[in-house]
Amino acid sequence: MNVVRFILQNRGQVLELTGEHVWLVGLSTLFATLIGIPLGILIAHRPRLHKPVLTSANIIQTVPSLALFGFLLPVPWLGDRADRLAILALTLYALLPVIRNTYTGIRGVDPAVVEAGRGMGLTSSQMLFQVELPLAMSVILSGVRTALVISVGLATIAAAIGAGGLGEFIFRGLAMVDARVILAGAIPAALMAIVADLGLGWLERRLQPQ
Amino acid sequence: MSQAVASPAIEFRDVSFTVAGARVICDLNLQVQSGEIVVLLGRSGSGKTTTLKLVNRLLSPTAGEVRVRGMQTSETDVIRLRRGIGYVIQDGGLFPHFTVERNIGLVPRIEGWREDRIHLRVAELLRLTGLDPEMASRYPRQLSGGQRQRVGVARALAADPEILLMDEPFGALDPLTRDDLQREFLGLQKKLRKTVVFVTHDLHEAMRLGCRIALMEAGRLVMIATPEQFLKSDNPWAAAYVRAFGQGCEPQSTEGTS
Repeated sequence: MNVVRFILQNRGQVLELTGEHVWLVGLSTLFATLIGIPLGILIAHRPRLHKPVLTSANIIQTVPSLALFGFLLPVPWLGDRADRLAILALTLYALLPVIRNTYTGIRGVDPAVVEAGRGMGLTSSQMLFQVELPLAMSVILSGVRTALVISVGLATIAAAIGAGGLGEFIFRGLAMVDARVILAGAIPAALMAIVADLGLGWLERRLQPQ
Repeated sequence: MSQAVASPAIEFRDVSFTVAGARVICDLNLQVQSGEIVVLLGRSGSGKTTTLKLVNRLLSPTAGEVRVRGMQTSETDVIRLRRGIGYVIQDGGLFPHFTVERNIGLVPRIEGWREDRIHLRVAELLRLTGLDPEMASRYPRQLSGGQRQRVGVARALAADPEILLMDEPFGALDPLTRDDLQREFLGLQKKLRKTVVFVTHDLHEAMRLGCRIALMEAGRLVMIATPEQFLKSDNPWAAAYVRAFGQGCEPQSTEGTS
């Protein structure tokens, strides 16, 4: 097959761009998780913040991705390096599923269990780490999984602002009207999404509360 | 104001609890003596559970004061207060991701007991509540309703609190299991002599377990009496209860006050 031959012939570059892609996706998902989980916990405990936070995350998600990359270009420091900018944009996109699932997971803990814990004298941090987070973990992970899969696809657009990643092949292929080049970017990206999805799905089942 | 020689284990002084403009509890005055079982009896929405939650400060009174062992609860450290009071709710409220052993050992563990001491205590409590030692490694979903409730009682007793609050603990059980648990609970109480506040809407249960029955209606304490007095009472609320559910209560009442 032509595509396979093309990929093999350019394996050095395919690997390099895949590495860049993993870097963009991995770092942005990590940041989204580090920011999104605490925010999700916060709004689960402070109902008044629930609406503004989720609405903001929702609005970010409605901005067309190409436009968001463009908006951030003039920002100082950030605009200096395309990969910084791409990571920030991807992080912003990945926030919503993480926040929403953390919120849903924690609010979904049986109120009787929470009340029993409070009644027995658990402090709020004991409640969070021993009861709420363990019981919400599989729901939270499924949010991270959604974020990760979205990011793998979205990161291909980062090539448009010169941040690298498998999108380079896709844009180049589009310009050259050469399907082999497009597929050399699209196939590894699709495989990456599938691997990420399966991997986190497995972790999610492992951590399912008894 | 008459002060008893030894201060009561739990005392409500002119307590009211208002939420969103509605008075859920009205001017409640009640003393629970050390070592007695007081049953809060009443229909749904009469304020029984609210009264219970005012003791361990899951709720705070909007007027009046609640005293536990002579100390006003609003001035006590809430975590210390709760760890000194066992709390049992319907269906146990067990942590589904903890084994029976971890559920029972929870308060001792967060109180910093050594592992071997926790282990011994859990084994002792399993025996005390009539559970097979093999249950220790099970998860709550693997237990029957009656077993879960036993674990709930064991967990509440773990750090040996003087006071137990029980909110319809046997309400979700079938009649035969409920009968077993009530009998075992009375046996346990004979040994342990805890101060117990027990919420139920079941007159038979109240008669059987209570040293005194506190009847609540629409947020007010309408009468407090021993089971014998309760049956003979001409208080209209009590009489209505006895008329509706009173058959066969007499033989059990002697057991409850032994």
